[in-house]
Amino acid sequence: MPLDVNGTNYETDEEGYLSNLSDWSPEVANALAASDDAELGENHWEVINFLREYYEEYQIAPAVRVLTKAIGKRLGKDKGNSKYLYELFPYGPAKQACKYAGLPKPTGCV
Amino acid sequence: MSTLHTVNKSAFERNSLESCLSVCKANASVLLIEDAVVSALQNTTISEQISAAANTGVKFFALSEDLRARGLSDRRVMDEVTLVDYAGFVKLTTENDRVQNWL
Amino acid sequence: MSDTKTFVYINRKAPYGSIYALESLEVVLIGAAFEQDVKLVFMDDGVFQLTNNQDPESIGMKNFSKTYAALGDYDVNQIYIDQQSLEQRGLSLDDLQALVYEDEDDDWAEKSSIHLVNREELSEIIESADVLLNF
Repeated sequence: MPLDVNGTNYETDEEGYLSNLSDWSPEVANALAASDDAELGENHWEVINFLREYYEEYQIAPAVRVLTKAIGKRLGKDKGNSKYLYELFPYGPAKQACKYAGLPKPTGCV
Repeated sequence: MSTLHTVNKSAFERNSLESCLSVCKANASVLLIEDAVVSALQNTTISEQISAAANTGVKFFALSEDLRARGLSDRRVMDEVTLVDYAGFVKLTTENDRVQNWL
Repeated sequence: MSDTKTFVYINRKAPYGSIYALESLEVVLIGAAFEQDVKLVFMDDGVFQLTNNQDPESIGMKNFSKTYAALGDYDVNQIYIDQQSLEQRGLSLDDLQALVYEDEDDDWAEKSSIHLVNREELSEIIESADVLLNF
């Protein structure tokens, strides 16, 4: 099912993840969120940007346990817990945030 | 008339390089590709076999793209082994009369 | 903790020429979710999986060697390199990437995950396994 962003179509898989990493842009992220009836605020972007950096460095999307620990270290304890992350991304922090970050589903995520 | 032999498996793990060398004519060329590029490194338990064959006239080549992929710099490769890129690979196949692939 | 098992992964193949190295890494990452005692062994051509400066773009592969550096985040921090395999290949530890983890019980001090072992020690590692996985 292609994702339409300002007239350009981007290929996605059956769960709405971008097929090509290189198609990602902040506009595409907003459109991906909109297709889930979500809106991205500053707190979402902190996590999305973190995920993109993590992927760039390690070539994987981190598992949720790893993400939670790393966010805590980077952004402080009040954000490094699953309650905070689930409030931001109710469909599952790793899964949903990775989707908006244009990354594949985290390895080991079912 | 000459033969190009290609080997794609590590000599530390399989005997394909050994089999290849056992039937190689002195004017043959041996091209190491894929995992076989690890056999081209200096100071290994394989190096002596390659030196010995090179002394009889066998020419050795290794695909530089496969070395780079595995983080093995050109400086680590034995002097007897000439590096070629994909274009060089194609050229070798045209310069020889036949290609024997030791899969 | 009595249901914690020791998982030992034995890696013996060079990367990129076959799928073993990548498959092993993926299983390790997935398995890490179960919070077991995990040990990784790199021996024979498996030592090539950890060489520095890998760049497989020109052969059309993803550089998954970068992912090994994330293993510490996954609490996979017992990595054993067989000395004999390195020597046979003209390699030393300096040719391999450094892998570290932060020790939770020691004020998050950064420590090396890598241990150089001989065959006798390797035999002990294998004997310590409840589950052996071979790649």
